[in-house]
Amino acid sequence: MKRRDFFLNAVRSATMVGLGGLFASFVHKAKADGKVWQIDPWKCTQCGLCATECVLEQSAVKCVHSFDICGYCRLCTGYFEPQPNSLNTAAENQLCPTGAIFRTFVEDPYYEYTINEPLCVGCAKCVKGCTMFGNGSLHLQIRHNVCVHCNECSIARACPADAIHRVPVDQPYKFKSRGEQV
Amino acid sequence: MIWLLAAQRFPPPEFTETGHKLPGFLAPLPRGPWMEHFDVIVLLMALALASWLALRGRSRRGLVALGTFSVMYFGFWRKGCICSIGSIQNIAQGLADSSFGVPATVLAFGLAPLVFALLFGRVFCSSVCPHGALQDLMLIKPVKVPVWLEHGLRLIPYMYLGLAMIFAATGGGYIICQYDPFVTIFRFSGSALMVSCGIELLVFGMFIGRPYCRFLCPYGVILGMASNVAKWRVRITPDTCTQCRLCEQSCPFDAINPATIETPSRTVKTDKRRLAAMILLLPLLLVSGGWLGGLTGKRLAHKHRTVSLAERIYLEETGKATDTTDASAAFRATGAPVENLYADAQSVRDRYVLAGRWCGVWIALVAGGKLISLAIRRKRYDYEADQTRCVACARCFKSCPQELQRLGLPVPEGAPLAPPNSPAIF
Repeated sequence: MKRRDFFLNAVRSATMVGLGGLFASFVHKAKADGKVWQIDPWKCTQCGLCATECVLEQSAVKCVHSFDICGYCRLCTGYFEPQPNSLNTAAENQLCPTGAIFRTFVEDPYYEYTINEPLCVGCAKCVKGCTMFGNGSLHLQIRHNVCVHCNECSIARACPADAIHRVPVDQPYKFKSRGEQV
Repeated sequence: MIWLLAAQRFPPPEFTETGHKLPGFLAPLPRGPWMEHFDVIVLLMALALASWLALRGRSRRGLVALGTFSVMYFGFWRKGCICSIGSIQNIAQGLADSSFGVPATVLAFGLAPLVFALLFGRVFCSSVCPHGALQDLMLIKPVKVPVWLEHGLRLIPYMYLGLAMIFAATGGGYIICQYDPFVTIFRFSGSALMVSCGIELLVFGMFIGRPYCRFLCPYGVILGMASNVAKWRVRITPDTCTQCRLCEQSCPFDAINPATIETPSRTVKTDKRRLAAMILLLPLLLVSGGWLGGLTGKRLAHKHRTVSLAERIYLEETGKATDTTDASAAFRATGAPVENLYADAQSVRDRYVLAGRWCGVWIALVAGGKLISLAIRRKRYDYEADQTRCVACARCFKSCPQELQRLGLPVPEGAPLAPPNSPAIF
């Protein structure tokens, strides 16, 4: 039994050293900080899968608004259906299926559009309208207070544009902003 | 300000009349790193407690309580991520791709149960793993699985591990997470397929002990191997085994190896011959496994994002497909040259073939090892917990009359007890 014990000890110690080396090598590479999932809004093609592929009942992806890019248009193509009956807040004119965008008058002829995030389902309909015909100030982001931080994001798995990747936890958002190039 | 934006169609207004201020961004932050570290501390403490309860305290009740806590904390509260089972994929991808960073929390979740298994056996499975603990709590009426089926099904996790490592190392996704049956239960949501799988496994698990742990869990394979060289082990009896056979039926996971009865001499010769045949068969298995694995790898590569995109683009370029998919349209929008995509796809395919070969060799090695181990007859004088299979659930302890005597509980009539002066292990 002595020989067997010696063998077991040797294997165990070797494995321990190996695991220690593995841990040290990863931590040494200075990539020990956490990672979270985020959408690159410049790669996003507004396919609509964010609304359905998230493991949560209501997706952790929400529409966010870069006000500094927004043109404050009276006819917002992210807010209104194509060829709306009239430019008012009546439900039949709105593009958003859940009515999550609020339109408020600022000064003639400018209107401000604000997202009510608890209502937003991340379907990207408004993002598509805004990106195709407007300034592209509406874009999708993963909200980290909602996200459950799956080891592998199921939206990232489904994303046709490969727009969702892990980002460092200290820079958890990729907002569109003024002066940024495509 | 110069406008660099391609899509800047309407210049943002200045708001000279009202002096309206632009609202800022809301940016709710993820949980702070200290919360992640707290999870690691909880994991380490739970592992230490489980080791003590299984080996020293010998308390089934304590393990059940700890298991309930783990299901609540790691399962329902932390929603199942990050878990140790899944973290081995991050580690595999980190090893294969040096630009892929693995956070320290994920590393700790992947390695800590392994270190504990090297010291104390599979105490992680007993009551720290939310998957294991959930199934353990659900088990009400264990039914024995036929031996041949048990041996066959026990090989599935090895293959699953091999496949998961191929996909993780080549960047093809995390199949352990994708096909995790219980995480949907912890989150109360998920795809219809996985939710039904989870519920079915739980219902099965009422009668067949821990179906996921025994017949699927890839991490259990690694822990089982580590547990084989464990320093301290779960022992059925606290004293000496009297071969009373009372523990024989107590394990719902078929993890008790009975003491061997004297082997009839006539089978020894055939046994030796069989063993020789199996050892000779092994190289053949390894080579064919590697070959088949390579072929499988090539097939699996089609599932990879880059390869399937390249195939789609090729169809469109050659005019075999006239429409576009979301993925191909997105690729066209980037304006990247098609040749680069083809080259990337080729390198991904090469990596899959290589990984597939290794996986094939691994599966062949497991199958060969199984055949060899079946041909070997090992002498055992005591009833022992099988090092690979035992998940340290502590169910067998109270079936041992020595244990009952130690606890001062009534011992079943006629149960042979060890002489009072026998050397105590504890």
